[in-house]
Amino acid sequence: MRLGESFRVALEALRVNRLRSALTMFGVVIGVAAVVVLVAIGTGARDLVQNEIEGLGSNIIFVAPGQLSLGSAPSISRMRLDDVAYLGRITGDEKDIAVALNSGEVVRAGRNQTFSSIVGSNENLQNVFNRPLRRGRYLSRTDVETRRRVVVLGSDIARKLFGDVDPVGRQVAIAGGTRFRVIGVFEEVGQTFGQTRDSEIHVPVTTAQRMFGVDRVDFIAIRAQSSGDIPRLQKEVVDALQRKYQGEQFSAITQTQLLGTIGKVLGALTGVLAAIAAISLLVGGVGVSNIMLVGVRERTREIGLRKALGARQRDILAQFLVEAVLLTSIGGIVGIVIGVGVSLAISAASPVPAAIAWWSPAVAFLVSAGVGIFFGVVPARRAGRLDPVIALRTE
Amino acid sequence: MNDPSAPAAAALEVVDVTRTYKMEGVQVDALRGVSLRIDEGDFAAILGPSGSGKSTLMHLLGCLDRPTTGMLRIGGQDVAKLSPNALAELRNSQIGFVFQSFHLLARTSARENVALPLVYRGIGRAERRRRATSALAKVGLEHRLGHRPSQLSGGEQQRVAIARALVGDPGVVLADEPTGNLDTRTGHEVMDLLERLNTEHGVAVVLVTHEPDVAERARRQIHIRDGLIERDTGASDGTGPGTGPRPGPESGSGIGRRP
Repeated sequence: MRLGESFRVALEALRVNRLRSALTMFGVVIGVAAVVVLVAIGTGARDLVQNEIEGLGSNIIFVAPGQLSLGSAPSISRMRLDDVAYLGRITGDEKDIAVALNSGEVVRAGRNQTFSSIVGSNENLQNVFNRPLRRGRYLSRTDVETRRRVVVLGSDIARKLFGDVDPVGRQVAIAGGTRFRVIGVFEEVGQTFGQTRDSEIHVPVTTAQRMFGVDRVDFIAIRAQSSGDIPRLQKEVVDALQRKYQGEQFSAITQTQLLGTIGKVLGALTGVLAAIAAISLLVGGVGVSNIMLVGVRERTREIGLRKALGARQRDILAQFLVEAVLLTSIGGIVGIVIGVGVSLAISAASPVPAAIAWWSPAVAFLVSAGVGIFFGVVPARRAGRLDPVIALRTE
Repeated sequence: MNDPSAPAAAALEVVDVTRTYKMEGVQVDALRGVSLRIDEGDFAAILGPSGSGKSTLMHLLGCLDRPTTGMLRIGGQDVAKLSPNALAELRNSQIGFVFQSFHLLARTSARENVALPLVYRGIGRAERRRRATSALAKVGLEHRLGHRPSQLSGGEQQRVAIARALVGDPGVVLADEPTGNLDTRTGHEVMDLLERLNTEHGVAVVLVTHEPDVAERARRQIHIRDGLIERDTGASDGTGPGTGPRPGPESGSGIGRRP
């Protein structure tokens, strides 16, 4: 029998049991759609993180205590502000070294209040990370040295607390009382790691240390003059810190390394999500197998007749296999369309990014066809092996 | 095909066949040593009560089953040596089946039902339609081409089934209780048709029945009981080719044969 004939017969069989075919396909549709959506979200998240890390600025080395890798518990930093001067002697210019001490507090201005992440930093941070200001000025060395209660607001915070009013020169209250004078407002920059940088406020690191009762800084960022300097600087900085803080571990990693690590983690995450979605595809496949077995039983007489009329085992096998593959392929195509649609909708309507990789629908289609073959073989073989005498006698 | 003047060749031949089943652990001897020869152009009825082994014999003659022991030859070819695929091809080219319950595909038109055996011969769609139309014309149903089985009477359905048996131009048509689901008058119409195909087109017809008046329409009656042939009015097994008067086919060309 020709393959085209098998297709015609299979399509007819699917058409006859329209509702049953549609319900069986539904399992495959859900599985394929879930895989497409989750891969799209995973891919989108990775793209986003990559863009953001690239946006942090190039040639920046992040210095942090312990082994800096995702998934390891963060260590309490023993680094202090005077490490800027200490490391400056190694790198040559302490203006390229920024520190940060992070926390989160409620910030209030008049009746308005909002939660904000507080970055205690030195005067170099603006320069190292290239954070342009919309208004006013950034922290100065004097602000840091004299522990002034001054603050630079992220654009979101400025809007929430002051609306359209220019906040420069006004006061905000941080952590329930301490009053700070606004000296500047950042330009809008968008998100990094799902957190909007526009809801940060920057205060002098010394002021933050006193407010929180600590004398550490959480991390140090160093801008290298050229990318060629980076490997040397990484080693020298870590060595210097380990000399100073005997018995402590430090890491110095660049955004490229960070990118690789995060990419790996997100890749693994995408893989896990896709695997979970693939389980539903598997369940859909079992449904196909099941319904094909029912179909074989229902059409036992037809199979017997076809065999009596000269159908070979492989003709019958092909007929049922084509039917199973058709079932899952059509389900696959519908699933891809739905999956792409849902991905685009998620992308448009929520901050979760979704990127359709060109290969993802293609792979989804091939996998769904493969599921049809895999789960169709058992029923199709059973059909092919039916004894025509017994099959013809079946009621 | 067969020249009336020449001695008839054997279309089907079984020699000392037995067929044993295992049903729920119990051994059933359905056939216990049957020899039988069906010549080209023969018109034979196999008669017997239910459980006599007549259906088993029919299945063996139709290559739907294989004997436990003994030999089955079709067109001189020993079937025991054939692969399942070769057997399927043999059924497709040599044998036409007519069943008691018609066995038509319900959602398929008369013409497509008739064309079904040709699908497994790899014949293209247009040619299949052409041959199916011509086979339906031979059973007088050229006006029912697009009708589905449910739109046809029982007699018409059996005529569609006969057209399907003929479309592949077989040497033998095997009919298993072809009138069993029909009223007496329609049954006789179907028998008229089978008779006409035999006499006018020279197709050998073997039918299984338990109705004596149907069996009488055949030129030869083979009585079977308890897995053995009890009586054969035209016995040709062991004693050489067809004994007794047997009108030769009037036409040398078989029905449905390609011009």
